[in-house]
Amino acid sequence: LAWVTDPRFVAGARVAIPFAVASAMLGVAFGVASEEAGLSPFGAIAMSVIVYSGASQIAAAAVLTQGGTVIAAALALTLMNSRFLPMGVSLARWLPGRPLSRIVQAQAINDTSWALAARPDGTFDRLVLFGASAIQYVAWCAGTVIGALAGHATGDPAAIGLDAVYPTFFVILLMAELRNRRAFGAAALGALIALALVPFAPAGVPILAATLATSIGLWLPRGVRAAEVTR
Amino acid sequence: MSQTATIGLIALCAVSTFVVKAAGPVALGGRRLPARMTLCLNLTAPALFAALVVTQLAADGHDITIGDQTPGVIAGSLLAWRGVPLIPCLLVAAAVTALLRL
Repeated sequence: LAWVTDPRFVAGARVAIPFAVASAMLGVAFGVASEEAGLSPFGAIAMSVIVYSGASQIAAAAVLTQGGTVIAAALALTLMNSRFLPMGVSLARWLPGRPLSRIVQAQAINDTSWALAARPDGTFDRLVLFGASAIQYVAWCAGTVIGALAGHATGDPAAIGLDAVYPTFFVILLMAELRNRRAFGAAALGALIALALVPFAPAGVPILAATLATSIGLWLPRGVRAAEVTR
Repeated sequence: MSQTATIGLIALCAVSTFVVKAAGPVALGGRRLPARMTLCLNLTAPALFAALVVTQLAADGHDITIGDQTPGVIAGSLLAWRGVPLIPCLLVAAAVTALLRL
């Protein structure tokens, strides 16, 4: 664990402070809304500590709140997590050691730690990845504890407008994703699929089915290579 | 939710997250993914976010109705679009919604 005192680890934690503040706030929101999703305070805290998957956990909670099953919620989380796959691939060369050690190191991947660890020359600084991830982990868990305890104490999350927080959060995440026409197409198609299924599909299914919209990515213009589509 | 369901949820989510994060560095060993697959994976986020937004705002069970938190969500989103940081946007969304419910 010598790398904990490494200046690169500390630097990673430092540049991630604004993101850690955001993680804490979202942790609070997750904790409070977990009550609506039917989770106990302990269940919500345990989920954040064990799973540590920010926006994906919020997606799972949203599915549960809409009446979806545990399986549907876990599937929604898995689909949200699938973005970690290309991130992990891009990082692979920069995580040294035996397979078991690499598996553990890879758990530090999240959206911001991955982005902060990327150097302009295309290489990755794994110590920045660890530092950025560690500080966000602490913030996310602390936020969940506060939210879970406060949420169950205050009673009605709707009275303080908490049910507006998740949709707003997802709108903001969506705006950041709309970088090209293909992303616009996937978003529009995903929304249409979900709305079309709401009247008759079981809860949670409309959200899962919306990922069928990603199939428009199968259409690839001639001459475009993987390197150009990786974020 | 029952304790068993909670444990099941956490276990499923934990295993899934663990495997997805580890897959790239270990199973794929740093090989590039096919371009089409990367494109599709990158499109899961916009598709899912859009579906989450519309189902949270426009679905109540099996009914299509516009939720009364929509004005708050629009207010918070407009601020974000104007470059306001995440946290103030979320607070405004919640505050506008709470005020409209008074």
